[in-house]
Amino acid sequence: MSTMAFLKRSPWILHYDASSCNGCDIEVLACLTPLYDVERFGIINTGNPKHADILLITGGINAQNREVVENIYEQIPEPKVVIAVGACAATGGVFRECYNIVGGIDKVIPVDVYVPGCAARPEQIIDGVVKALGILEEKRGKMAGAARTKEEARHAEQAGEST
Amino acid sequence: MPERIIVPFGPQHPVLPEPIHLDLVLEDEKVVEAIPSIGYIHRGLEQLVQKREYTEYVYVAERICGICSFIHALCYSQGVEHIMDIEVPDRARYLRTIWSECSRLHSHLLWLGLFADSMGFENLFMRSWQLRESVLDVLEDTTGGRVIQGTCKVGGVRRDIGQEKLDEMHRELDPFEQKCRDLGDVFLNDETVKYRLQGLGIVGKDEAYALGAVGPTARASGVPVDIRETGYAAYGDIGFKPVVETAGDCYARCAVRVKEVYASIDIIRRAIEEMPEGPIDVKVKGTPDGEYFSRAEQPRGEVVHYLRGDGSKHLARARIRTPTLANIPMLVKMLPGAQLADVPVVVLSIDPCISCTER
Repeated sequence: MSTMAFLKRSPWILHYDASSCNGCDIEVLACLTPLYDVERFGIINTGNPKHADILLITGGINAQNREVVENIYEQIPEPKVVIAVGACAATGGVFRECYNIVGGIDKVIPVDVYVPGCAARPEQIIDGVVKALGILEEKRGKMAGAARTKEEARHAEQAGEST
Repeated sequence: MPERIIVPFGPQHPVLPEPIHLDLVLEDEKVVEAIPSIGYIHRGLEQLVQKREYTEYVYVAERICGICSFIHALCYSQGVEHIMDIEVPDRARYLRTIWSECSRLHSHLLWLGLFADSMGFENLFMRSWQLRESVLDVLEDTTGGRVIQGTCKVGGVRRDIGQEKLDEMHRELDPFEQKCRDLGDVFLNDETVKYRLQGLGIVGKDEAYALGAVGPTARASGVPVDIRETGYAAYGDIGFKPVVETAGDCYARCAVRVKEVYASIDIIRRAIEEMPEGPIDVKVKGTPDGEYFSRAEQPRGEVVHYLRGDGSKHLARARIRTPTLANIPMLVKMLPGAQLADVPVVVLSIDPCISCTER
């Protein structure tokens, strides 16, 4: 539990299969079930991008999927973290020479965490999510910091005007 | 006449682990037409045979789909072996049968869980997947991989299972079967499950046959097709009878799969008992020249690998027809008449595997 001690909130995950072989996808689902049970950490798999903090994405993305991935990414509110699960999500993997494969999630949207493996094991996926949680907190901190600076600047400006 | 509206279903949908898109034409809450559109996972794997050597392509074939992985590799290997006249050793045939049935077990338990989830029975979803983990433990122990095994190769298998492990597997089968029967009992006899599934998405025997349905979807409508009856691997020696139901509704499709779980356990038990001694592979020489339609029974139905070699180390053409592609016409037939809330249940009842379908 010590690695999760910094976790103040329940991060929700959106999982999308962008042209993978399904191997990683069933391992992602296996993380939710009794043996691994990530729900004990408050991590929930949601179907709604507007509710999600983390986008967990598998596969090498094909021409038709590209638009869907971009659309889902845009719908997730800031701050958000993207995890690319599996060899295909990193580079296209075994499919990289196929005519219909873009080759890696980072060709389409920015990726924060890469999980290796073909197929990635549930332990590795959970490790990736824990790493993503750290990045999420960092991004949240930065956003709060930026908002504070903006607020202070506005106050200073108002103060300057009144004098 | 009520107004018609179109509701898009997918590609990203909570009930679907994989993307498929359906346009549902509704009159009030009732579906009158379903228009599927696919292509979200098409990778173009068939063309890859021209870039990979025929012995290497086994690993690509295995990654057509992560759930049916072993049987894809098996079907491909059998095709090449037939073209090249390779006789696979007996022990390899039995080992292939055991791993095929383990794949079927984990796939069916996975499906039962997802199906329970689609009808809102979360507890049953968790129980099915808990049981599935014990099958994955066996696969990991014997092959090294949980979902992608990589043990099948042209000319045999890459790993042997030691006698000690076989004995251990045999010992564990009885308690495992008891757990599966407890689980299956809920699917088959629970009143709420019956109420949700019976009479939903009915397709009759003649219609199913005419639509070219395969696998459990066809068997639930009373069409007794099962490629395992052709006796590939060790099924011919072990003997095998397909599970057939006649109602043709979602409940029948569920019942076929529950009973196939029991049948798979029985096949594994007999394969372990009759396991012959000997080598597990033969040396492969030469290159394939000729063509063959290789068929195998996946958890979802019949898969066809058409392979053509022209004497070089790369195959000239591969064509893969997967069971879900054959079952999508059935789905389009089942949906009209269903309530919108029942759509996820009906869609899942054919056990759609989109990665397979689109290759």
